[in-house]
Amino acid sequence: MTSEPWWKIFYDFTPFTKSIDEGLRSSMSPFWAVTTEMVIVGILFLLFYAVVGLFLVYWERKVCAFIQNRLGPNRIGPYGIFQTVADLIKLLFKELIPIKNADSFLFNLAPYIVIIVNFMVLGAIPFGKGLHAIDFNIGIFYVIAVSSMSVIGVLLAGWSSNSKYSLIGAMRSGAMIVSYELSLGLALITMVILAGSMQLSVIVEAQRTGWFIFKGHIPAFIAFIIYIISGTAETNRGPFDLAEAESELTAGYHTEYSGMKFAFFYLAEFINMFIVASIASTIFLGGWMPLHIGSWEGFNKIMDIIPPFIWYLGKTFFIIYLIMLLKWTFPRLRIDQLLTLEWKYLLPINLVNVLIMAFLVLMGWHF
Amino acid sequence: MTANQIMFILFSVMIVTFSILTVTSRKILRAAVYLLFVLVSTSGLYFMLNYQFLAAIQLTLYAGGIVVLIIFSILLTSHISQKFESIEWKKSFFTALAVIGGAIVTIVTILDHRFAASKQAAAEVNMRFIGKSLLWTGFEGYALPFEVISVLLIAAMVAAIVIAKKSGPSGSDSQTLKK
Repeated sequence: MTSEPWWKIFYDFTPFTKSIDEGLRSSMSPFWAVTTEMVIVGILFLLFYAVVGLFLVYWERKVCAFIQNRLGPNRIGPYGIFQTVADLIKLLFKELIPIKNADSFLFNLAPYIVIIVNFMVLGAIPFGKGLHAIDFNIGIFYVIAVSSMSVIGVLLAGWSSNSKYSLIGAMRSGAMIVSYELSLGLALITMVILAGSMQLSVIVEAQRTGWFIFKGHIPAFIAFIIYIISGTAETNRGPFDLAEAESELTAGYHTEYSGMKFAFFYLAEFINMFIVASIASTIFLGGWMPLHIGSWEGFNKIMDIIPPFIWYLGKTFFIIYLIMLLKWTFPRLRIDQLLTLEWKYLLPINLVNVLIMAFLVLMGWHF
Repeated sequence: MTANQIMFILFSVMIVTFSILTVTSRKILRAAVYLLFVLVSTSGLYFMLNYQFLAAIQLTLYAGGIVVLIIFSILLTSHISQKFESIEWKKSFFTALAVIGGAIVTIVTILDHRFAASKQAAAEVNMRFIGKSLLWTGFEGYALPFEVISVLLIAAMVAAIVIAKKSGPSGSDSQTLKK
């Protein structure tokens, strides 16, 4: 830490986190050191969650405005960047309306399930070199497993609100998430075959000589497209937003929620999109790994000048931008079209794609 | 008390409490949610043992799969105002007897068995090893059970489709039973 210039930390966080760890362990017992670390990491994630959530809400409104030829938020702060902060303060002061004849325990529990699942997934994502809270050896599988629970929050919210709109929204979203989970998982499994590992740090490291979307060429690209489609569906976003179709269901499963509880659902949806995009950037676009081309030393050196954390954010926000464009470009699907798309098109294509990828890896036809 | 013990006690208390709540709750969706808590705590125990694969299986199959299906079917069939009727005392008396008997048998068996305590840290299970033994046809391989289960699952799915299928346009060639 002493001899190296301070900006080196942006390229590799490992020495920084290690020095904090050693400092804590030398001053207190291991139990309290681990507890303190968990609290620090938890607070960092909370801050990250809030900042990213607020920024994404602002950005979505700007992208929407751009596509609809409007200006979007532009009054509070330069280019309206503090608009969502003002919205948040408004939501904080709003009344939490209790619902008559609702199951209040489940009603209050539902937003927390969604939020907790979000945090559990965020913990496993590599944000940069050395910025990785937990590195499971089953990385991707853990992400799939945990994110399969977020639908429970939606279903509970819909049922316990004791409202027709909420129930219909929850049913739609349940049917959609359960079916699109298959495509999501299979698209990731395709890439696991190429990577030969499920550990996210190993997967990122394996892309040092080129991102997987280039290494695995055709099947990887198909898997990427399927992943983006099913990821969009998983997050209940347009064109798959029939769970909260405004014109038919007012707001779908969170119709009856108000104030901060509504904000939880709203934020969770955006963070879900962020998670989908981060997983896509980690698996397909190399995560924090800069753009490297095989053994072109000079080119790779130039690319290394940009810190890994910036690479990660850049790729993630690029994918988020893609997902937002999808939402504001396509009309909403009907439920039968949605299920047809998944079960008759995406799933068979996906299964064949897994076979192609396995064959490709066996023959060594990837780069 | 080490951190491990604290976590173990926390998980065990959660499992026991929510198991009891699952069977005593009179609201069906709450019971399902308590069951979810039990299953998630169990996967926490697996994480403590460093058997992350099993923990993730527990989460994805039981918490994310079965509980979601249970909740889904509750959503389709029951209304929020519905409550289970309280059970008559005869039924609950005999159920309690059976439960206590089962508990005694289990506890005696556990106390009888001598568990070899090990001070070794739990080793991480290699994913490659799990994958290979799942598809291994030789000794200690699970390829045959794997295939048998898949045939069983296909049979169950075909049966479900036949039951749920609408009758044809004429309605006369339907395979389903008629009254």
